[in-house]
Amino acid sequence: MSSSGNLLEVRDLKMHFPVREGIFMRASKFNKAVDGVSFSIAPGETLGLVGESGCGKSTLGRCITRLYKPTSGQILFQDQDISTISPRALKPVRREIQMIFQDPMESLNSRHTVGEILVEPLVVQGIGNSASRHKRVAELLDLVGLPARSVTRYPFEFSGGQRQRIGIARSIALNPKLIVCDEPVSALDVSIQSQILNLLIDLQQELKLSYLFIAHDLAVVKHISDRIAIMYLGKIVETGPGESIYRDPQHPYTKSLISAIPVPDPHHRRGRVVLRGDVPSPINPPSGCSFHTRCPYATGICSQQTPVLMNHPGSHKEVMAACHHIGAPAPL
Amino acid sequence: MTPMTSTARPILQLNNLITEFDTDEGRVRAVDGVSFSVNAGETLGIVGESGCGKSVTAQSIMRLLPQPMGQIVGGEILFDGQDLVSLPLEQMRRIRGAKIGMVFQEPMTALNPVHTIGRQLAEVLLLHKKITRNEALRQSVDMLDKVGIPSPDIRVGEYPHQLSGGMRQRVVIAMALACEPKLLIADEPTTALDVTIQAQILELISDLQRDMGMAVILITHDLGVIAETSKNVVVMYAGKVAEQGTVYEVFDNPSHPYTQGLLASIPRLDTPPKAKLAIIPGMVPGLLDLPVGCRFENRCAHRRDTCLAAPPPIEHISDTHRLSCYRWREIAPVRLNTGGSAT
Repeated sequence: MSSSGNLLEVRDLKMHFPVREGIFMRASKFNKAVDGVSFSIAPGETLGLVGESGCGKSTLGRCITRLYKPTSGQILFQDQDISTISPRALKPVRREIQMIFQDPMESLNSRHTVGEILVEPLVVQGIGNSASRHKRVAELLDLVGLPARSVTRYPFEFSGGQRQRIGIARSIALNPKLIVCDEPVSALDVSIQSQILNLLIDLQQELKLSYLFIAHDLAVVKHISDRIAIMYLGKIVETGPGESIYRDPQHPYTKSLISAIPVPDPHHRRGRVVLRGDVPSPINPPSGCSFHTRCPYATGICSQQTPVLMNHPGSHKEVMAACHHIGAPAPL
Repeated sequence: MTPMTSTARPILQLNNLITEFDTDEGRVRAVDGVSFSVNAGETLGIVGESGCGKSVTAQSIMRLLPQPMGQIVGGEILFDGQDLVSLPLEQMRRIRGAKIGMVFQEPMTALNPVHTIGRQLAEVLLLHKKITRNEALRQSVDMLDKVGIPSPDIRVGEYPHQLSGGMRQRVVIAMALACEPKLLIADEPTTALDVTIQAQILELISDLQRDMGMAVILITHDLGVIAETSKNVVVMYAGKVAEQGTVYEVFDNPSHPYTQGLLASIPRLDTPPKAKLAIIPGMVPGLLDLPVGCRFENRCAHRRDTCLAAPPPIEHISDTHRLSCYRWREIAPVRLNTGGSAT
């Protein structure tokens, strides 16, 4: 356990992908997918990460699982900085940090049976013998609510929801402490989505898991998370307890994001803040506050100075937002 | 168009539509007895999960079923009083794109990557209107302007890949609306888009609808989108209509166990975190082995022997509110909406 009591602590993490151009493929520009992100996750806690396509949320998740090697910054997992360690040193860490992907059809090997898929992490990490591994596979299937006979079947024989259960079973096979869930329910139908969300919540309580839950659907993220972080163009613009952020959003982007979510209640009439324009490219993000090109509150300072993520007077004490104009009156 | 004429009569009326597909494993009935009507200036939402038949219903209306597998085997599709089911293909072509416009989920596949935006827009106009090429190009620029594309005179010469997803969907909408259709069928038009872009596109569709007085059929899996945009809603399950009515009837007083389950299972912003979500156990039956009785029978908590014997008939709760369930009178109503909670 970390001295701060956190399982994971991320400090000023950056992931800049080189954009290679020209005949010499020189990296003249960088795609700043993640550009200075800091957050922490306590044991048993869920941090929800929300944002639109291209905001860098998936890249951030892949840095935490070290599928990517970050450009700079620290990823402290149980006090150990894993941001730059070698593949060999990473192997024991991989037991502790697992990942669930959006499309289980693409993340499960279609030529392997469910039994082979689930036993593989145990074999790779050299855990147990053949008999104990088979016992573990049966246990895993039971935990995620799949029949024991699934062992000999192939992923294509299952529906989307069941495949996601296989993906979840694989991710908990090694008793990890942290699971990075990257859009785990976005490809599923509504009635199946709730089954999977309930399963994730149950498993968390049973196995004392921490989640980094990445999704674009704020309602889903708020439902499963203790705290949430809103990302825009590689930066966290607001973070805090889900309930406070939903009740009293501080950042103009958060406000527009919440107001854009269609509510399944025909009586609900909102004052919608419809944002103009598209998300700018992370290759050449706007100067200062990267949201200023779409922000209804933007003034001169916004294009010059990058706002700092901090607590503002009048908001919940755990809520932090990065904006120059918090508390300013609404624009015309 | 004035409100008086816009609510006068249905522009589209489906009576007992039945559509079947030939598959390797046998013939399946993808749409089974769907009836609804849409008036001019109104939006009808069709909601349901994968495989419920909502897209096949749209393809049937457009007569764009995959050939030769898909076939309309029964029912009527009355568009402006004319039955589209028996219409010769030649005449159907004149209706498609001119009187009925379409918008699909993935704008990139609806646009031709090797032609400019302007050429594709002009093609629609030249096909359906007697105008010159120059006039068509000028009208294309106007359309792009109307759907909110900045500097339309420059964009008209660009290719689809040069535009963002939201912009491409605007172009597809411009194409669908170029000939001022009486009906727009939008099949998951915002599913591939981010929420802030979705809000823009939904606002655009409703603005244009108001200007042109057209009817809209909006097909989506998102109950929030339906609640926000539609006057009436059809809830489909495994090829049949489970429940239909005005959005107020269906969302305030969902009476079919499937609708109740669907509405209860979505996480909402105002529910407490980590609360157990209601679930619908099991999954949708395959079209090849549909239950003999009610199609929802294997997932329904209210199932009785009667439900297994034969499909439930369509019953009326009100003139507009209909459903197909044997036991709706005995089932406790589910109230989910607080009624007028605005943020």
